[in-house]
Amino acid sequence: MFLKNTYNEFIKIAAKPRSYISIAAITVLVGIILFAMKIDGPAYISFITASFEQTLNFEGKIMNGNLMAFIILQMLIVQIPLLVALVTGDLISGEAAMGTIRMLLSKPISRTKVLLSKYTAGLLYTFFILLWMGFMAVIVGRWLFGDGDLMVLNSDGLVIIPANDIAWRFIGGFMIAFLALATVATLSIMLSCFSDNSIGPIVSTMSVIILFTIIGTLDVPVFDNIRPFLFTTHMAAWRSFFDNPLPIQAIKESVIILFAHIGIFLSIAIYHFNKKDILS
Amino acid sequence: MESSIISISHLAKNYGSFQAVKDVNITVNKGDVYGILGPNGAGKSTTIRCMLSLINASAGSISLFGHDIKTHRKEALSKIGCIVEKPDFYKYLSAETNLAIFGRMAGADVSKKNLHKMLSFVGLQGREKDKVSGFSHGMKQRLGIAQTLLHNPDLIILDEPTTGLDPQGIIDIRNLILNLKNEFQKTIVLSSHILSEIELIANRMVIINKGITVVEGSVQALLNQEELLVLFEVTDSKAAVNSLSAYKNIQIIDPHHFEITISKNEIPECIAKLQQAGILVYGVETKRKLEDYFLKLTKA
Repeated sequence: MFLKNTYNEFIKIAAKPRSYISIAAITVLVGIILFAMKIDGPAYISFITASFEQTLNFEGKIMNGNLMAFIILQMLIVQIPLLVALVTGDLISGEAAMGTIRMLLSKPISRTKVLLSKYTAGLLYTFFILLWMGFMAVIVGRWLFGDGDLMVLNSDGLVIIPANDIAWRFIGGFMIAFLALATVATLSIMLSCFSDNSIGPIVSTMSVIILFTIIGTLDVPVFDNIRPFLFTTHMAAWRSFFDNPLPIQAIKESVIILFAHIGIFLSIAIYHFNKKDILS
Repeated sequence: MESSIISISHLAKNYGSFQAVKDVNITVNKGDVYGILGPNGAGKSTTIRCMLSLINASAGSISLFGHDIKTHRKEALSKIGCIVEKPDFYKYLSAETNLAIFGRMAGADVSKKNLHKMLSFVGLQGREKDKVSGFSHGMKQRLGIAQTLLHNPDLIILDEPTTGLDPQGIIDIRNLILNLKNEFQKTIVLSSHILSEIELIANRMVIINKGITVVEGSVQALLNQEELLVLFEVTDSKAAVNSLSAYKNIQIIDPHHFEITISKNEIPECIAKLQQAGILVYGVETKRKLEDYFLKLTKA
């Protein structure tokens, strides 16, 4: 029954026009970035590397597909949560708004299974969105700009990763990015359980992300103790896969924090959804 | 022998300090067409939602097919098909896909053959692939009934099934309900604002007012208890009233019509007396029906 219902949820997601907004948005955004880089890429790269050119001599093709993929990921990972919440925030509240929740919850299937089916479908949609972004960034990026060593500028300085050492880092980075987006999806589904309209959970999800991001970036001592436990602090943990040496402990901590948030959000969602009176 | 398939005892539902349902008691037997009547806000929909576990009852017990809805929800709901308030569907999907979605959740056969058979039964043949967004309210109501039947439930619950329909739509749905009872031997529970609908369709009913069961029982038995306002058309109403002087509450309307308040069983007796007095009876119309009974009880 769970699998049948998850299949139902796929049909619904696939038939909703809003589900394709994310795919269209990613395609357009990545297309714009790749186009801009193709036209003005060398000027952009020399602006970034200007401070190093007096001490370092760069040889080879800096502007390659791997760098494009990294730039695209860094730029879009901020917008993707909104695109994910657009669909996942509507999964429960959309049914309430349409009135279909009455029919859905009077069927001989537990509310927990209904919720988990929707959650599973939402996660798979999130995975597909990320996969599409990965395809556009890595595959199309490499096709247009070719392969090469990846030059990453982080807080510790410049890291150069050889071309033959990059694939697994992208895979690892995408896995952590998926975990971060799954946290956002779980948050929006949880908020969706509390609402009877579609807009509320989507706006609330983005508000929570913005609030937590502001708290996380404010350099105020009062937030020092809570900052490491905010999921937004760990949403950029995918970048750790492009550090040398690999910060395994930091990655572990991020994975634990993100999983903990997923567990908490999902538990609240299940509890509330089971107790909820369907009045819509 | 009658066997009860719904048994609701002392049901109550509170929203904070507001008591939507205070004390509702319902017994539905196998094969009944059972009407739930009550004015707006009486607690009919809340009672139906509690029955389907859409709302958690504050007190009382609900047993469906011998299963407590709180502890054996899945077993109870597997034998029920329902439409609560109005049939809402996924507008962006076709009638066929909508049926398949709800059918899968109920463990029904969702083969195209079965889906088309159900759509055909409710008169939606040829509209299988059409999106629900283009359906009228009446078509959605029919699709809703197809959805309730897909897993061949024993009990069908319809909340206000004729609300918002045009006269032809009301007749169609009424015939569909009677068809379900007569051909498929389904037990049907329906609430309605149109009291005459209940009188035409239901064999048993409950009247709920202010969250309390006012009366429950056989529609005919309840109506027969009551005195009727009977309009007679005769050759001479004055002579007729004289010949029926033993009766109280008799009033001349015009030279050929008079009204009298009597029980249903007294009507043949009256006609006989009029005939003995040489007065011809052209017509007898009983005016007190369910609406009068309903208003009397709910106003009290």
